[in-house]
Amino acid sequence: MTDLSRSEGRIFSDQYRTVQLSESKTVKDDVRMVKDKIDVRNLNLWFTDRHILQDLSLSIKSNSVTAIMGPSGCGKTTFIRAINRMNEIIEGCRTTGEVFLDGVNIYDEKINVFELRKKVGMVHQKPNPFPKSIFDNAAYGLRIHNMVNGKKLEKDVEQALREAALWDEVNDRLKESALRLSGGQQQRLCIARALAVKPEVILFDEPCSALDPTATAKIEGLIQRLKENYTVVIVTHNLQQAARVSDFVAFLYLGRLIEYGRTKDMFINPKNELTERYITGKFG
Amino acid sequence: MNEQRKERIVKAFLWVTGLTSVFILLSIIVYIYVNGVGIISLEFLTSYPYRFEYGGIFPQIVGSLLLVAICLLFATPIGIGSGIYLAEYASDNILTKTIRFFVETLAGIPSIIIGLFGLAFFVHYLFGFSLLSGGLALGFMILPWTVRVSEEAIRAVPNSYREASLTLGATKWQTMWNVVLRSATPSIITGILLGLGKAIGETAIILLTAGSGLEAFLPISIFDAVGSLPVYIFMLATQGHTSAAFDRAFGASLVLVTMFLIINLGALLLRNYLVRRQR
Repeated sequence: MTDLSRSEGRIFSDQYRTVQLSESKTVKDDVRMVKDKIDVRNLNLWFTDRHILQDLSLSIKSNSVTAIMGPSGCGKTTFIRAINRMNEIIEGCRTTGEVFLDGVNIYDEKINVFELRKKVGMVHQKPNPFPKSIFDNAAYGLRIHNMVNGKKLEKDVEQALREAALWDEVNDRLKESALRLSGGQQQRLCIARALAVKPEVILFDEPCSALDPTATAKIEGLIQRLKENYTVVIVTHNLQQAARVSDFVAFLYLGRLIEYGRTKDMFINPKNELTERYITGKFG
Repeated sequence: MNEQRKERIVKAFLWVTGLTSVFILLSIIVYIYVNGVGIISLEFLTSYPYRFEYGGIFPQIVGSLLLVAICLLFATPIGIGSGIYLAEYASDNILTKTIRFFVETLAGIPSIIIGLFGLAFFVHYLFGFSLLSGGLALGFMILPWTVRVSEEAIRAVPNSYREASLTLGATKWQTMWNVVLRSATPSIITGILLGLGKAIGETAIILLTAGSGLEAFLPISIFDAVGSLPVYIFMLATQGHTSAAFDRAFGASLVLVTMFLIINLGALLLRNYLVRRQR
């Protein structure tokens, strides 16, 4: 009971703060880095009887890159899939707790999950373009949601491909199959496909694990630029990558949040012994 | 040394069995060809039969194609629908297991029994000996096949495609329609065409549901009796009693085998073409 009233109080204050921000431009710009885009509270998740995520609470800042780190099987991927509710396509999945996106609980039963996934895009571990043309891949979400058509569709596709730094490499062969692109290009096409529907958050699930160093560098540079317009959450196995691209790091271990903070602080001065041992490569 | 010899013996044995299969198929085709090729002429292919010994097999060719078309119209949508249901929507419960059990059992039922059912239900009770009765009964026969090829083709579509579509905010059906079915289409089409190859040669079912086989006319509606190559061959071979009739059975067989081979070859080429187009 006390728990409930407390969390209600916090929803209210968040909404209040958001309203305040949009009313005054100067304040908004100052506080933008501070504003929470995603607020996870007491998130628990089970697959049948396995307790995968245990009481996670953390706030993800707007227009930042947050890296989720931790050893294999610690629930990193499950955690980001809780943000676009992709876990629930698996039978036997049960979730409790709340995940607020701009102050709205996405686990509320009134939430339209398809609209949610439009707002929270995702890029997977292995590039997974559809066996369709490059254009049709980038246009897929726009067509599904009937967002635009005709000339505007072409413009939006071009914009998404430009944003994903792929346009210059493919603009003369948009009709060609996406499966003919290299792995790195395919991954950038998947990013373009996610960007086309104009999401607010983009989840990356180890986006470079199947790519060579050059392609990885391109994707990392891209992620850095994307935070200007989007909130980015990235799962990564790779400590150097987390250090290179992220502003914040959350360290998960066995389904629990061990430590969360600014990347610089965490890598220089980890507070928790487990984090320190992970960062120094003693286990992982 | 000893193991090496065993290896060689096994290899030789397998080689002989493989060769035997090829030999059996080839000997049938060659035998039919040698005996039937003399009968084939433009007249044989384009005119109507008269008694056992005269005329051509035009209504039988058209009849076989029409029967297969009706069969296709019936078995394809139901087969693909059930395949989608089993592969994507059915959870692992008693209903699903029951459906799967019935589909598999239906696949193993001897065709004469499906024919008898067709005779009792479609012919006596509903439509008489007709194109529709024959086509539907044939459809019953290949339905389990179309269900299975659809289900397997849909299951073979990589899960990453579904994930990609769903994370973009597509509904399950949008994902099915725009991504999964499109990728599965080449395999589904090929599978169903191979099933049609089976249907076009099916005799027992047609014999009991479509007509006498000797029809010297084309059906005007789906409620008319219709001739077909397999039943025509059966009639010539069992009721003809003359060597002229028997020879004509080989001519008709050569036509039927050619149609069968064309369907199978077409299935293969079509799949290669469709798969290449997706790449």
